[in-house]
Amino acid sequence: MRADLRTLAGLALAGFLVLPLIPLVGWSVAQGWRFPDLLPDRISAQAWTFALSPQSGVLASFATTTLIAATTTLLAILIGLPAGRALGMYRFRGRSLVLLLLLAPALLPGIAVVFGLHGMMLRLGLAGTIPGVILAHLVPVLPYMTLVMAAVFARFDPAFEDQARSLGATPWQTFRTVTLPAILPGLMIAALFAFLVSWSQYLLTLSIGGGRVQTLPLLLFSFASAGRNDITAAIALLYILPGLLILAVIARRITGRGAALTERLHP
Amino acid sequence: MTRLSLHGLRKTYPGTGQAAVHGIDLTVESGSLTALLGPSGCGKTTTMKLIAGLIAPDAGEVRLDASPITALPPERRGVTMVFQDPLLFPHQTIAQNIGFGLRMRGLPPARIAESVAAMLSRVRLDGLGDRRPAALSGGQQQRAALARALVLQPRVLLLDEPLSNLDPGLRDEMRQLIRSLQQETGITTIVVTHDQAEAVALADQIVLILEGRLAQQGPPDALYRRPAALAVARFFGGVNFLPGRSQGGLFHSAVGPLTLPPGAPEGDHVLTLRPEALRLGPGPNPRTARITSVTFLGTQTRVGLAVDGTALQALTTPDLASALVPGGEVTVSLPPEALWLLPPEATLSDPGQPIR
Repeated sequence: MRADLRTLAGLALAGFLVLPLIPLVGWSVAQGWRFPDLLPDRISAQAWTFALSPQSGVLASFATTTLIAATTTLLAILIGLPAGRALGMYRFRGRSLVLLLLLAPALLPGIAVVFGLHGMMLRLGLAGTIPGVILAHLVPVLPYMTLVMAAVFARFDPAFEDQARSLGATPWQTFRTVTLPAILPGLMIAALFAFLVSWSQYLLTLSIGGGRVQTLPLLLFSFASAGRNDITAAIALLYILPGLLILAVIARRITGRGAALTERLHP
Repeated sequence: MTRLSLHGLRKTYPGTGQAAVHGIDLTVESGSLTALLGPSGCGKTTTMKLIAGLIAPDAGEVRLDASPITALPPERRGVTMVFQDPLLFPHQTIAQNIGFGLRMRGLPPARIAESVAAMLSRVRLDGLGDRRPAALSGGQQQRAALARALVLQPRVLLLDEPLSNLDPGLRDEMRQLIRSLQQETGITTIVVTHDQAEAVALADQIVLILEGRLAQQGPPDALYRRPAALAVARFFGGVNFLPGRSQGGLFHSAVGPLTLPPGAPEGDHVLTLRPEALRLGPGPNPRTARITSVTFLGTQTRVGLAVDGTALQALTTPDLASALVPGGEVTVSLPPEALWLLPPEATLSDPGQPIR
């Protein structure tokens, strides 16, 4: 009964996610697909050949986007993990102010901060560079990371760390063998979200990158506004690839943990 | 074999204003099993964490034999603390948990497996090494936590309330396990407890801490029968206190002169007598007492008495107490060898105040 329900839910989710992709796949291989026609006139790999060729810049852009999103995520972990630990484990003076400041970029519309940020990057000489774009991406990414890690650390008992130290573990060994395994599920979710938030940034990349940092969303929009439906569809499919992969990883983890939990309840 | 000593150890938690530990001086002899006894909130756990290096003292020093370890981080002290909760790492198996400290030391896996297997059978967890901590009972988890510390053969082992999370039946079993393991290994061990009966049954030395200060240290029967102060006597269940003056082998008090044991000190004192030592019936130092209450406690019966208006309590067997009725009279005796003199204290003006 429960297995059936689970299968049904899985199918519903897959349908919900996969169905909108079918027309996209169709567009990416269609030639001359006009309104009331059910099927395109011809099927061709032309758009894909172009999208994957060096002159389209899609692959280079894919690499740039990955580099920026991965670096942003890494920096967000390095800053957000200790910050989240402090916010989650300790009550200190000014804690609510820090929380408000952290939430601010998530609450304010991006366009409001873009101009100030651009001026700052110009002064720092980082406008139009990849490091500049990464720093700008940290503005919306860091609040996610910090708040998720704060929630994770609020449920972590620091006595485990004391116990590890007393059993002879150095601070680094304690983090690696005791703290990290405990916070890893939360950290992974936070990192995947951070990656996706950075991956899908348009406005910040456009303004800080000044057109010189060409990420996938920028390329997608330029082909879309040029009216090339087939190429746009092909790039769009490449663009949603990491999102789908991450969804698969998370779904697997969640169901995997569910199974582990029931196993623990009925050993 | 390691002797542990504390010198003027002091700790105040920020924001509380009150010292949790007030300059404790203490020596724990090599190879002894010592109970750190005191009511909740008296600074026992803080003292343990100071010894383990998990918090830093405001002043004072911790030494192992002659060498100070106050500046060393916890992992380099050779002191291992086992907490009240077992705190087994949930993502590791029981065997991995027990081998944790040895892995941190970088021992070869074969040696670790060997030590872990020996330890598992020593704490009667054979065959459970592959389980996760959540699959074990509370008592098994506590034994695994003890094994995880003992396998390291620390110079000093600290156990924080090791029996408090266990059911009464398991408590006795765990107490015997701790005692036998301690005697086998000879590791200098300190057990924190708030339960005086547990301390008396478990340890060969008791350190009583009251309000962040060392109140008395000695073997269990010394604290029980020869308390150094009123607060110590009260903590060990003392209820009979008579202020008065000792002169020429007699104690002059509200109940008249009482013969003291030879060698009793002279001057103003408070006389104490354990309730179980107060004898119902004729004997030395006899008095006629009125019975004010009779309370059946199971294995014992508590009898409230009034001698010339002074309240005293006796603990006796239910058989002996069966004939007693409140309002009646009985002859009681206060055997000289059971009388003990305490230094007089201002706190006697409020004898009903329990020590927290």
